[in-house]
Amino acid sequence: MPILLDQIVIQTINGIVTGMILALVASGLTLIFGIMDVVNFAHGELFMLGAYVGVTTIVATGSFWLALLVATVVIALLGAIIQVTTLRPLLGRDPLTTILATFGLSLVLQNYALWQFGPVARKIQEPFTGHFSLFYLDYPWYRLVIAGLSAAIIGALWLFLKFGTYGIWIRATTQDRVMASAMGIPVPWVHTAVFAIGAGMAAASGVLFGPLVGVNHAMGLDWVLKAFIVVVVGGMGNLGGSIAAAIFVSLLEAYASLWVSPAQAVIVSFVALILTLLFRPTGLFVPTPK
Amino acid sequence: MSRRAPVAFWTSFGVVLALLIVAPLVLPEFWRRFVTEILIWGLLAMSSDILIGYTGMISFGHSAFFGLGMYGAAAALLSVRPPNLWLALLYGLVAAAAVAVFVAYFSTRLRDIYFSITTLVFSQIFYVIIFTWTTVTGGENGLTFSRPALRIPGVFSIPFDSNTLHWFVLAVVAVSYLVLRRITQSPFGMVLQSIRENEPRTRAVGYAVERYKIVAVMLSGVFAGLAGVLYALQNRFAAPDFVFFVVSGEVVIFNVMGGVGTLVGPIVGAAFFLLLREGFSRFFTEFYLIPVGIIFTAMVIFMPQGLLGFMRRRLNQ
Repeated sequence: MPILLDQIVIQTINGIVTGMILALVASGLTLIFGIMDVVNFAHGELFMLGAYVGVTTIVATGSFWLALLVATVVIALLGAIIQVTTLRPLLGRDPLTTILATFGLSLVLQNYALWQFGPVARKIQEPFTGHFSLFYLDYPWYRLVIAGLSAAIIGALWLFLKFGTYGIWIRATTQDRVMASAMGIPVPWVHTAVFAIGAGMAAASGVLFGPLVGVNHAMGLDWVLKAFIVVVVGGMGNLGGSIAAAIFVSLLEAYASLWVSPAQAVIVSFVALILTLLFRPTGLFVPTPK
Repeated sequence: MSRRAPVAFWTSFGVVLALLIVAPLVLPEFWRRFVTEILIWGLLAMSSDILIGYTGMISFGHSAFFGLGMYGAAAALLSVRPPNLWLALLYGLVAAAAVAVFVAYFSTRLRDIYFSITTLVFSQIFYVIIFTWTTVTGGENGLTFSRPALRIPGVFSIPFDSNTLHWFVLAVVAVSYLVLRRITQSPFGMVLQSIRENEPRTRAVGYAVERYKIVAVMLSGVFAGLAGVLYALQNRFAAPDFVFFVVSGEVVIFNVMGGVGTLVGPIVGAAFFLLLREGFSRFFTEFYLIPVGIIFTAMVIFMPQGLLGFMRRRLNQ
């Protein structure tokens, strides 16, 4: 089958849309890693639970935008609780123990969702159903709106980190935990806040992504893997790098799925990860360290 | 002390071995199967202890070696008539070793979290290949086959029933344990432990750290493949579910629960996990992972040494 120009254009748009959602998930993950060396294995589960909270709120109130807000707040609170109860005691231990603890948590959360919501996938209704024509397709506006919203949330995060007082505290803690603490910054609470922000962002992306595929208890697994890949390819703890890597990896997968099935297209991003680790272990989108 | 420790060790080893030999004769069918299963998962967990406990590298990709051992055995049992046990072992080990060489070469260049993520990603690659290559691997349905007979040409040939299978598994696991124990106490094992304690210093002393790590991953992979072959023999099928990274996660859980760096600990951890699963399934049905996950997380925080951690020094003498 010859690959036509219009297919390439469509896949480029698809790749950018998925890339923006992935960037939203991954920026939470990379923020958490950058500030406290925690590899959050439960991040996909927070994404999934966010989507479920969204579904429940939509059923109760009928409003998609309210659901987005409620899910973000609820999961951010859950994230804060998780950080205080499980991750705070691990502070100062080998960072690898945080992988184990969050892995345990992800099992609990995933099975909790299965128990609470059952194995049948739920559908989130799109907030609006307009289409525009793109070659032979009716392309839903909603997808472009998701990409825009994701970009807006990430932009807001960036502004907050750059100019907000608490944002400056967060950056200070990332640079030097001990020094920040000496300057009077409440470092343990900064950690909690960062985890809550990351969790809230995961939840928001879960709600935004819900209308595209439906919500089920296992959706977190795929996303946490992808987000790991993105975070490593972009350079651990590097926000800009993660965003670039999210779009890069999603575009690669979108183009690859022109030739192979989407299940196999995943391998392309795996290979991208391995090549990155071999040749630029600090990340593709950061300057080579001297 | 150093003179008496081996005596104590061999006595307790003998007692446990004797108990496990007698076990199938006294236990009802369900628990007989259960003990065999613990031994197989224990072997898999023990193989990954070489990396986690002795070299300080947490592998999240052991399902790849385990699964390839399974599919290797399946290939031998399905393609060669009559099915031959030793050929199944050979195929399984070669398949696992081939994957292990590949994974080891790339993943050992990385440290800590990056090593974990790379092994995880590799196991997912093999999962996707096995899952989508339906014509060869049976895809989602996996492969089913019949059990070969336990046969040494010219000596004897008996069909496997659940007792002989148990003893065969027990023999393989016991020998593997002794071999792995010997390896961890050898100069090679000492180098691995010094990599765990201080990698830059080990390199500075003049050891080729990368080469030692590659060998460690391969060794670990081969024993994991052996566990895969045994599992295939016991259950008479190979399925992509066993290559999925959740299995790797369970292996890490076994290690942490039982106590890393002890070799016996992971087997105890596997037993503990499977017992918890059995016990909680009665109340929580398929949601047993909720309480088990909570217990595991609590153990990571409050009991990082695991169940057998307090015996670590003694078990390594």
